[in-house]
Amino acid sequence: MSLERHWKKIQQQVVETQIWKSIFRVGIPNTNRKRVLAMLGNVVLHLHPVKTRKSGVKMRYTWCAGGMTFFLFLTLTFTGLLLMFYYRPTIEYAYGDMLDLREQVPFGIMREMHRWGAHAMVISVWIHMFRVFMTGSYKPPREFNWNVGVVLLVLTLLLSFTGYLLPWDQLAIWAITVGSNMARATPLAGNEGPFAAQLAVNGVNLVTAGSDARFGLLGGRIVGANALLRFYVLHCVFIPLVAAFLMAVHFWRVRKDGGISGPL
Amino acid sequence: MNGLKSFINWLASPAIAVTLSMLSLVGAMFYKPIWTKKGGLVLFATLVGGFAFSFTDPNFRIVATMPDNVPILGMLFLVGFFFWYAMYQAHLNDARLSVGLPPLEKDDSDKKVFSWPDLVYVELVSLIICSIVLIVWSIVLKAPLEEPANPGAAPNPAKAPWYFLGLQELLVYFDPWMAGVVLPTLIIVGLMAIPYIDTNPRGNGYFSFRERKWEIVMFCFGFIILWVVLIILGTFLRGPNWNFFGPYEYWDPNKLVPLNNVSVSEIFWVKWLKTALPTFWLKRELPGILLVLFYLGALPGLLGKTLFRRFYEKMGMVRFFVGVNLFLIMFAVPIKMYLRWIFNLKYIVNIQEFSFNI
Repeated sequence: MSLERHWKKIQQQVVETQIWKSIFRVGIPNTNRKRVLAMLGNVVLHLHPVKTRKSGVKMRYTWCAGGMTFFLFLTLTFTGLLLMFYYRPTIEYAYGDMLDLREQVPFGIMREMHRWGAHAMVISVWIHMFRVFMTGSYKPPREFNWNVGVVLLVLTLLLSFTGYLLPWDQLAIWAITVGSNMARATPLAGNEGPFAAQLAVNGVNLVTAGSDARFGLLGGRIVGANALLRFYVLHCVFIPLVAAFLMAVHFWRVRKDGGISGPL
Repeated sequence: MNGLKSFINWLASPAIAVTLSMLSLVGAMFYKPIWTKKGGLVLFATLVGGFAFSFTDPNFRIVATMPDNVPILGMLFLVGFFFWYAMYQAHLNDARLSVGLPPLEKDDSDKKVFSWPDLVYVELVSLIICSIVLIVWSIVLKAPLEEPANPGAAPNPAKAPWYFLGLQELLVYFDPWMAGVVLPTLIIVGLMAIPYIDTNPRGNGYFSFRERKWEIVMFCFGFIILWVVLIILGTFLRGPNWNFFGPYEYWDPNKLVPLNNVSVSEIFWVKWLKTALPTFWLKRELPGILLVLFYLGALPGLLGKTLFRRFYEKMGMVRFFVGVNLFLIMFAVPIKMYLRWIFNLKYIVNIQEFSFNI
């Protein structure tokens, strides 16, 4: 018997076991009926419609930039989870844990994958948005989904921004200092912002360095222990949850608005 | 060689670089030969050649090979490639549309294929390629880690994360409340408003330039010039004290740049009327306030009656005014930059009493 027939036989036997059948109800999708059922019966695959516009599955049209962004988000969630095993968000331990991640963890490329993946995700979101714009895909009926996408773009930048602080090195603390200094200039709400000094009762300023927007963001007057903890919680829990929810809305609306766009 | 390098250093200085990139972007969009395979190859060869040449320069190498700058270089090539690719496909479609054929996407869009396997396999392949690239990148290039955080020792220059460096660059021309709060908010609002302002029903679902010239030029102006070019400027060409350094220039922390910027009030009262600045802020800043009110209050209406009449009629009043105000604010950014470069203008409105400077 040739190798190929051996392989076919093994395949046959595996596919007919009770274990296999219990997981994959449909079997190998080699008929149209099974292709439909394969898409419908799988929780991940059923994000897609059963049938897709032929122009929509082409790389030349979508560049797969949105899919790439989602995949990078999943990669970052996974690598981020692994990093959370090692990393403690306090000023005593944070930097030391970084050194340990570099020196002590065998085959440690999780931090690299997380950092480069984050840069790549920022870029792929831009490219996705650029593609959607250049194909006019934001036009009716997809206006709302474009808006959800804009919010997701902002969340991606915020995710990257909050993660920037966590290594607790010079680059981190000063980049966040420069970035969060902007909050100090918020009109009315930042202590150096326009008209903030005019918000006073009996000569006592309401908006000070200890009560303004920047203080609320950092939990202190400088980028310190509270800021590190806040950014950690925002980075690991809050923003990913909001982003995941909005992604669900985004994907849902892609389908409800008529699938991947194409000429009318 | 040194002459060429100092020429390029001069070309890269903010005023020249922004002017050149604005002119070449808008010019190129209307120049068809670039958006062909041959044009793309020439562009790519120029980019790679220029980069290879620059890489021989030690000062360029120092800045370009900082680990976190590597993704920005990657972004440069990716954004450049996809910009060309989108315009390439747009011009292919335009050629078809001009002879009455439907766009290329139309041939396929009526047919539907089963998502399994046609879509799922494309995704699987992309996913595998993406994973391989990311893993190789992570093995080759270590994630940087600098000295432990020290709140007492600010590095010079202290830079925001790279994707915000365009906004940090704007701090040269605007106060933080504009560059860091108002303008970012308006970018988000403006992006969100696009589908509601743009009433052009054509060009929905396929690449095309001729059917949406106005929208595409505006969007690319914002994205390529005001976002990407300013990021490149902020990343590679801004050194200690946020001074400008050409790509082949050493980042000398002692470089001195004279600052003698003036405000509209000083120009108006002191230089033109030859009197002292009035003490009352409203009187002192009235010229600047009137300028801003004219720009945002009267100019939209004037444009609607004259230059943009066509748009006013097509879009209706609300859409037109929202759109034209966003348009004017976007162009206020380069306008303010040019006012600085040409007249050393610091503020148009300078009400220090309320920390309200524009």
